[in-house]
Amino acid sequence: MAETTTAQEPTRRDFLFLATGAVGAVGVAAAAWPFVAQLAPDAQTVAAGAPIEVDLAPIAEGQIVKMFWRGKLIFVRNRTPAEIEAARAVPLDDLKDPEADQARVMEGRENWLVIYGNCTHLGCVPLDFQGQYGGWFCPCHGSVFDTSGRIRQGPAPINLPVPPYRFATDTSIVIGEAA
Amino acid sequence: MSSHSTTYVPKNAAAKWLESRLPIIGLVHSSFVAFPVPRNLTYFWTFGAILMVMLVIQLVTGIVLAMHYTPHADHAFTSVEHIMRNVEYGWLLRYMHANGASFFFIAVYIHIFRGLFYGSYKAPREVLWILGVIILLLMMATAFMGYVLPWGQMSFWGATVITNLFSVIPLVGDTIVSFLWGGYSVGNPTLNRFFSLHYLLPFMILGVAMLHVWALHVPGNNNPTGVPIKSGKDAVPFHPYMTVKDTFSIVCFLAVYAWFVFYLPNYLGHADNYVPANPSATPAHIVPEWYFLPFYAILRAVPDALLGVILMFASIAVLAFLPWLDTSRVRSGSYRPVFKVLFWGFVVTCLMLGWLGSRPAEGIYVILSQIFTFLYFAYFLIAMPLLGLLEKPLPLPNSITEAVLGKKAASGSGMPVGAAAEPQSKG
Repeated sequence: MAETTTAQEPTRRDFLFLATGAVGAVGVAAAAWPFVAQLAPDAQTVAAGAPIEVDLAPIAEGQIVKMFWRGKLIFVRNRTPAEIEAARAVPLDDLKDPEADQARVMEGRENWLVIYGNCTHLGCVPLDFQGQYGGWFCPCHGSVFDTSGRIRQGPAPINLPVPPYRFATDTSIVIGEAA
Repeated sequence: MSSHSTTYVPKNAAAKWLESRLPIIGLVHSSFVAFPVPRNLTYFWTFGAILMVMLVIQLVTGIVLAMHYTPHADHAFTSVEHIMRNVEYGWLLRYMHANGASFFFIAVYIHIFRGLFYGSYKAPREVLWILGVIILLLMMATAFMGYVLPWGQMSFWGATVITNLFSVIPLVGDTIVSFLWGGYSVGNPTLNRFFSLHYLLPFMILGVAMLHVWALHVPGNNNPTGVPIKSGKDAVPFHPYMTVKDTFSIVCFLAVYAWFVFYLPNYLGHADNYVPANPSATPAHIVPEWYFLPFYAILRAVPDALLGVILMFASIAVLAFLPWLDTSRVRSGSYRPVFKVLFWGFVVTCLMLGWLGSRPAEGIYVILSQIFTFLYFAYFLIAMPLLGLLEKPLPLPNSITEAVLGKKAASGSGMPVGAAAEPQSKG
């Protein structure tokens, strides 16, 4: 107690205390890691999410075909010229999530619309050809999508997204591989 | 709890031996036998005991059901049908469990509204109240995950809608959702982990419920006057006064519960959940179970997804702040003339939100949802802070006894037998 100044100085004990605490914190984090990481999609699930090839030949004009990729619903729509025209006639300013129809389809293959089939609001499946734009209507919370799968009305924040895909041949696509 | 001073005296050598090593009989005695409760508690104060009974019913039926249920996407639905058709009394156990969840919520909502009216959340019971809000959240999580397990259409789509709520979180939303799912969509890994958590959470509820009782036994019960116990005349011992009242109330409550279990077992459910889960078709009208409807209405009230989710969680979180939002120094609503009107307005608001949650999200329903969502939050954020400053409360009785027997009797010796039992040892 005679030399009060030494109490201000960091001592070896302080160093040991901090060093032990730091090592302990790293240890706790390392131990917690596997318990969090196991929640992630497992190897089997990831493998089952490999790209799929889809034959477009049987899909007639005006038809919508549904399929699953990675457990998610995908709509493949062979659009009629009138539907394409309706999607392209809309000024971008009228859209909640402005995106040109041209940016949502492949050039030269404008009739093929490939989009995820779960509403971007909370994941319900919108009904085909319903709603005033002839696209989709979600029965859960009332979102209306047009023939380009863009949100036109209702709570969905964004358009139905386009999954990564490319044309393998003129009549087939590979979903899961970017063009 | 171990610091309790108790009036329990062990009567035999074995009890004396145990008590000097683990004073557990004394703890039970001071908590549930000699514990002084206000003499004016009404039947609204019996719902805590009802809730304890419901928790035990859910635990027992749930543990037994888990012995016959298969948590796998390919087998869950058929294993539930197996329980219904093949397992001895399986139909009864499952109907008890499914309706038990509904009656658990009926009891908890009455319990909460009781607390709201009589100001049971106010000092010194804030921690008690917050523990109750935590129990409510745990109950909601448990009920939601339990509803997913039969893997019917409502199970699947309910799980999809609710897990997708987390995707609106900026930046990390999608990662969080895929960690909830254990995949790229709701699937077998999701079902499996929900089963594990559905088994875990009720035991967490049990733990927090014990803290809730502990936090109750420090200040003691609130009562219809809101005036604390001031003398032995104001209190009666828990046993036999409250044990009998609780038991009678439990019997009445269970009678109504049994009526549903035996005569209306599917009345509170949805027919769609007897259709196996199908990821390519949404039921025409996705609605949650009735006890989530008011929150569902708030979720859908605003056109913005992120704001809707924030409002829905805020509608529960705001309860935890109520002890500080309510500025009135008078506890009981009985002595607050304006509060009384607003309280019943709030009850109507909650019922309206519940009804709106069951309607499709279109036209007038959306506008009404917005109005009642505003009224819901206005009660907590506008009415409660302002009312305490503006309202002139009625004069409070000097004591619980005076409120019950009138001034004259209270000053005399009108004391019921047993009323003087150790009120000072409370806590």
